[in-house]
Amino acid sequence: MARHIVAKALDVPADGSKLVTVAGRAIALFRVGEEYFAINNRCPHEGGSLCHGRLVSLVRSDEPGTYRLSRRNEMLQCPWHGWEFDIRTGQSWCDPERIRTRNYVVTVEPGEELVKGPYKAETFPISVDGDYLVVEI
Amino acid sequence: MDLRGLAPIDCDLHPAVPGMAALLPYMEQHWQDTFIARGIDGLDLALYPPNAPISCRPDWRRDGEKPGSSLIAMQEQALDGFGARFGILNCIYGGPALYSEDMGAAVCRATNDWIRAEWLDRESRLRASIVVLVQNPELAVAEIERLASDRRFVQVLLLASGELPLGRRQHWPIYEAAEKHGLPIGIHAGSGNRHAPSGIGWPPYLIQDHATYAQTFQTQLLSLLAEGVFGKFPNLRFVLMESGFTWLPPFLWRAVKMWRGMRREIPWVEQSPDQIFRERVRITVQPADAPADPAQMAELLKMIGSDEMLLFSTDYPHWRFEGQDALPPGFDDALVRKILVDNPLATYPRLKETLS
Repeated sequence: MARHIVAKALDVPADGSKLVTVAGRAIALFRVGEEYFAINNRCPHEGGSLCHGRLVSLVRSDEPGTYRLSRRNEMLQCPWHGWEFDIRTGQSWCDPERIRTRNYVVTVEPGEELVKGPYKAETFPISVDGDYLVVEI
Repeated sequence: MDLRGLAPIDCDLHPAVPGMAALLPYMEQHWQDTFIARGIDGLDLALYPPNAPISCRPDWRRDGEKPGSSLIAMQEQALDGFGARFGILNCIYGGPALYSEDMGAAVCRATNDWIRAEWLDRESRLRASIVVLVQNPELAVAEIERLASDRRFVQVLLLASGELPLGRRQHWPIYEAAEKHGLPIGIHAGSGNRHAPSGIGWPPYLIQDHATYAQTFQTQLLSLLAEGVFGKFPNLRFVLMESGFTWLPPFLWRAVKMWRGMRREIPWVEQSPDQIFRERVRITVQPADAPADPAQMAELLKMIGSDEMLLFSTDYPHWRFEGQDALPPGFDDALVRKILVDNPLATYPRLKETLS
């Protein structure tokens, strides 16, 4: 397990996503509120690019015709066929035990710590200003 | 395979109303007068013209009798003929198809009382479905309540095609009453002719009518699923009769696939559709559209993924098979036992009450 600096925190828009490539892997970064999430970008269904999906609420129901929304923007809908994934776990809603996309631990770290090493950003320079996202792969 | 030693439960027998005259004694005076004055008779559904080959097996035909109209013939040919311990009567007559709700309800009531007096009272192996007018749930519920205390009625019978898709909420009182009384909902091939049997218009030939019915049943299952009926009435089972069952695998695959991507519009469906259908839907075996190679039937059963869905039926007197071959080849012995006895008993709890 190695830690990789993958992006400037501010490069991931609020309630939005950013696609990065780390150690040859396409990883979709998401920001919901002040939290960041990282999952494998490839939908396990047919390979849709998950970073292009929509962040949506979890929709459940207590009774036909009623809709109960929770966990705003914590579900991700694949742009191709609409399958839903929990961005905290990578698990699908339809079959969480068997169908999932891998999720990764993301931390936000200040630049002034990171420039001391031992981590290296692969594609961009680190400055002492600002926060960076570090993903464990 | 000779089934007579296995005491099967035949879940789809068709008693035929010989003519309106047979029902008149079971009607109020006004309706007796009306049917006589207007000369209304012959409300059999168009699916089974009496002289069409499919309507009666040749060796079961009796001169001068409408197929299925004789209790003695049914006793000999169906009950004794297959050694049945129980047979469930599904009387497909025009009451539920009439446009006048009051007249339709009168025919339904008369049909049920005729079944009770002339079939159930005379043959202890027989059970029956309650025929109701689905387009008027108030009248339908009243009929269920009127008859539910007679434990020989084991099911509520609906035609596969009525005025609205069966999942729609206006039908829910029927499901509520059926669930309360431990009566499954039987959905039988048949139409009130409000809609073409296919999605693209009216077919002129009988072969089209029969061959397109799977579409109707699939549409009803999807309606019940999407409207949330299975979740709303968790103890209610649905029995498809004369629907065929070999279309199930691709139907289940597609339902699951589409639910995975579109389930947000019907979030009350939290379980995968294939699981729901396997748990809640039962299907009578005849008519069976069996593959030519019995080994392929075994494969198909694996794809269906449940040994609890199929219920034995001869579909008497309709011509579906010859001799004792009421089960298509390819079922193993354990499955045969389940289809003949265990699955019907699990589906119709009222059958167990008089099991000797």
